[in-house]
Formats: sequence, C-alpha cells, structure tokens
Amino acid sequence: MDNFSMDLFEKATREDRNAERIRRPSIKYWPDVWRRLKQNKLAMTGLVIIISMIIMSIVGTKINGFSYYEQDYSLINMHPDKIHWFGTDELGRDLFTRVWFGARYSLLIGVLATLIDFTIGVLYGGIAGMARRNIDATMMRIAEIIYSIPYLLVVILLSVVFSSGGTGTSMLVLILAMSLTSWVPMSILVRGQVLQLKESEYALAAESLGASKGWILRKHIIPNTLGPILVNVTLSIPRAIFAEATLSFLGLGLQAPKSSLGTLANDGLAGMAVGNAYQIIIPAIFISLIMFAFNVLGDGLRDALDPRLRK
Amino acid sequence: MKKYLLKRLIMSVITLWAIITITFILMHSVPGNPFAKEGKMPAVVYENLQKKYGLDKPKTEQYIIYLKNLLKGDFGDSMKSRVETVNDMIKRGFPVSAYLGVEALLIALTIGPALGALAALYQNKWPDYLSMIIAIIGISVPSFIMGTVLIQFVAKNISWLPIGGWGEFRHTLLPAFALALMPLAYTARLMRSSMLEVLGQDYIKTAKSKGISKAAVILKHAVRNAILPIVSVLGTLISNLLVGSFVIEKIFGIPGLGLFFVKSIVSRDYTLIMGTTIFYSIILIVMLLLVDIAYTFIDPRIRLTKEGR
Repeated sequence: MDNFSMDLFEKATREDRNAERIRRPSIKYWPDVWRRLKQNKLAMTGLVIIISMIIMSIVGTKINGFSYYEQDYSLINMHPDKIHWFGTDELGRDLFTRVWFGARYSLLIGVLATLIDFTIGVLYGGIAGMARRNIDATMMRIAEIIYSIPYLLVVILLSVVFSSGGTGTSMLVLILAMSLTSWVPMSILVRGQVLQLKESEYALAAESLGASKGWILRKHIIPNTLGPILVNVTLSIPRAIFAEATLSFLGLGLQAPKSSLGTLANDGLAGMAVGNAYQIIIPAIFISLIMFAFNVLGDGLRDALDPRLRK
Repeated sequence: MKKYLLKRLIMSVITLWAIITITFILMHSVPGNPFAKEGKMPAVVYENLQKKYGLDKPKTEQYIIYLKNLLKGDFGDSMKSRVETVNDMIKRGFPVSAYLGVEALLIALTIGPALGALAALYQNKWPDYLSMIIAIIGISVPSFIMGTVLIQFVAKNISWLPIGGWGEFRHTLLPAFALALMPLAYTARLMRSSMLEVLGQDYIKTAKSKGISKAAVILKHAVRNAILPIVSVLGTLISNLLVGSFVIEKIFGIPGLGLFFVKSIVSRDYTLIMGTTIFYSIILIVMLLLVDIAYTFIDPRIRLTKEGR
C-alpha cells in the first residue's frame, strides 16, 4: 500500500463525471415515425392537401358570398369568371361554394364511415384474437363470408331499400351501408396483430403478474397495433369517399340540395353534354385530389412505420 | 389439397346462399308497393299483378319458391319489361359486359406488370417515374371521371374513336381503357415492389453468376416469382372491374348488364335488381374460387411439396 503515492492519482474533473451520459436524445417511436414521414415529400404533399381541404371545406363556403342553394336563373351555366370563380350550374348556383360544401360532405362521409369501420374492426378483431381457438375460427369464418359479398352491391341494395321514394339517400344510411362489409379488413388486421403480440414476452410478463385479458388488450396489444391500424384508416377514408362518389354517380347519392363531390360530378355529366365541361371537370379534380392525398399519405405512413426501412 | 378445395367450395356455397337470402330480405322489405309508379290501377289489376309475381303468398313461401327457381337457373320475370324475363336480359347484357371486362383485364394485366417490372429494373430512372405517375393517376382518378375525361378530350377530337355506343372494336377501346386504368396502376405498383424483393434474393445472384444471359435471369427467375402476388389479387381486381363496369357502361351508353343494373335501380325493377345482384355474385364467387385454385397450381413451392420431391 505504501508504494502508492498520492500524486499517482488525478482529481476527477467535472467533464469526466458526464462521460457516461447519453448526449443525443433517444428517439422514441412516434417522433421517429414523424421524422421519417417528414422526409417523404409525396406524403407531406398529401398531408398539406388534406389539411387545406379540411380548412376550406369549413370556411370555403363563406368566402365569395354565395350560398350553396341560392339559385339565380339569370346566371345559369356561367363559365368560371371573376364573380363566380368556378362558374355556375344549370340552376345558377355558385359552383365554388358548392364544391366546398360538397367536399365537406365527402370528407365527413369518408371519416365517419372509417370511424365505424375502426370501432367495429378493432372490437371484433380484438375479441377474435383474444378468444379461444374455436370461437376465433367461427368469428373469422363469419367475417370471411361477409367480406366476400361484393362491397358496392350491398351499398347499392341498401340505398335502394332506404331511398324508395327515389329522392336520394340520407347520409346516415349511406355511411351505415358502407360500413356493413368494410369493417372486415380492419378486423382481420387487428386479429392478426393480436395473435402475434399475444405470444410476445411482455404480454406473458403481464399475464404472469396477474393482469386480466382485457387489461393486456388495452394496455399492451392495442397500443402496439396502432401503426398498421393508422395506415388502414388513412387508406379506407378515400375508399369510402370513392364509394360515395360512385353511388352518387349512379343516382343513389345524397338528397338535393345537399351535395357531395360525387353528386356534383353526376350533375356535371349532364352539363358536359351541352358544352359545359367545367361543371364536371372541377368536382372531378377535387375528388381526385382527395383520393391522391389520402393514398400517398397512407403509403408514406406505411413506409415510415416500418422499422426495417429505418435509416 | 383436395380437402382444401372442398373447404373452399363449401364456403363459396354458404356465401352464395347468404347473399341470396340477404338480397331477398332487402328487396322484400322495401316499403310501399312496387307498382306504385304505374299510376292508379283498378283493384283487380293490382291483385292480378300481385298473383303474377307471387307476392300474395307468405314471405317464407315466396323465398322457397325463389330458391327453387334459382336452382333451376330461373331468375324470374322483370317487373317493368313486358317482353323480356330477367334471364333474357342477362343473356343479352352479359356477353357485352364480359367482352368489355376481359378486354380491360387484358389491357391491365399486360401493361401493368410489364410497367412494374421495368420500374423495378430501372429503379429511380425514368421508367420508374413513369410507372409512378401512372400509378398515382390510376389510384386517384375514379373510373367514372376517367371515362368522362376520355370522352371530353380524346373522343371529341379523334373522330375514329366514338364517344359511345357498341358494335365495333373501336367502340370498346376507350371504355376498356377507362376501366383498366385502376387495376393497371394497382398491378404495376404491386409488381414493382415484389420484383424489387425478388431481385434482391440469393437465387438471382446464383443465376447471374452461372453466366445466364440477363434476359433469361429476368424472365425465368425474377418475373416468374414476382408475378405470384398479382395472381393472388386477381379476384379483387375482377370484383373491382365488375363494379366499375356499371359506371363505365352508363357513361359510354354500352348495352351491357351493368347498364341494365343501373337502369333497374332507377326504375325500381326489384326482380331485375335481385337477379342481377345474384348473378354478379355468382360470377364473382366462381372467379374467386378459380383464382384460388389457379394460385395453388402456379406457385411452384406449393406444387413441389404436393409432389413430394
């Protein structure tokens, strides 16, 4: 012990004490997803379009001072000009206002239908995934049968039944009809995830600590399936909007004077025949923009959520 | 293998039965009377009409009669047309729709995968960007918009391509293209990602190092494996084409089954709505079954295990 003199030692400085501190902030999952999504220019374009569409569908109807139902027979079929920015339709209604009013309903239908899909899908899939094997198998068989019923045919049938006056369909019926079969992909996705995550170590740990099935589902499994569900949600909104537009185009859409982008396009088809192509082109552009925006955002999210693609 | 096919067959039959039952219940729960639009009619005429369509019997009996007739291949009488039965209309309309559908499918399945494969081979070069642009247009522009755009900008300028009607081959080109765009875009995207995955596999490297020509590696090894996911989505594509055909036939005025269906909705011809819905479902379910069977034969991995090599 005597051979160690004190001058062999150095006093620890303040910097040395910090040596083991992690300098860079650790990147958590969701901020990392957002960081990678931000790098995807196409997806960000989609996000910007969606946000501006939502804002415009709320305030856009008030910008140029016309209402969506106001008819002016002295100004029918006006091509776009300084007063009517998108022109007027065959009843002299201002198309600019009507397009945003229609976008409001299209978006609302898309979001509400997806919300129902989401709720039923997560519940059904979650229960099937957590249930015993034979219950799970039966539930999935039923889901498969429902899913192989052609989607739009069911929606068309239901719209026929509930709009028997021939005056158009109410929004509620449209949404319910669309949700009738479209919750199935969501439930299959959730079930698959649940089955996979149920076997994971942390679920086992929670179970051995005495957690109930419901607790494990709520606290461990659902938060971890959120990513794929989010992608599915983003991609099912444009699907509902597309279905609604197609229905409107077949004359089974919303009741006038309410309008969606689909009913506007359907009205515009008649206008095109007499040389007023803008009446269909303008709503068509907005339908396509919405479809484009949600689809690229969904694709971008899928890439951003995939940890294998992380750089 | 046999067990699997049998299971699929039973599932298909159950599905079909479910569709028939749902359709029947829905169409018979429409409030009001199907002849209301004909104006006021004497009570005797009304009673006779009820009797002719069997509407005077109890619902369960009607259902059993309908099922029995379906088994015989009889879809019943149309409520609006005095000359044609639903079967006549299907016989007249379906070949037209099928022609259009097959043409659209051929366009989509030749151009789509080719475009996707090129995009993967020339990743981040112009073929890739071209296929990306087409894919984006394909998924964001609904077919009814594509149809009207084609009429407005193509048919109106090129007199050889008519804006509507049916009869000659040139009548089919624009509607088939409008119908094909969505599946084309979808298969191109699918082919691109699956091709990229296959190209990164070891057996491609092996094939290249064996000195096989580039074309043979791409065609025999890469494309053959990359095309499998496309076969598996064929069912969905056909189902989309079917629904797309309602809209396209309406726009171009093509006398197919889709147009009959749309007209039957507008005129509330319940027997025709029911008949076409069920007919469409049969076609679709048979297609899905065929695709599933085809898939088990095409995928070499499944075939190899079957033969026990």
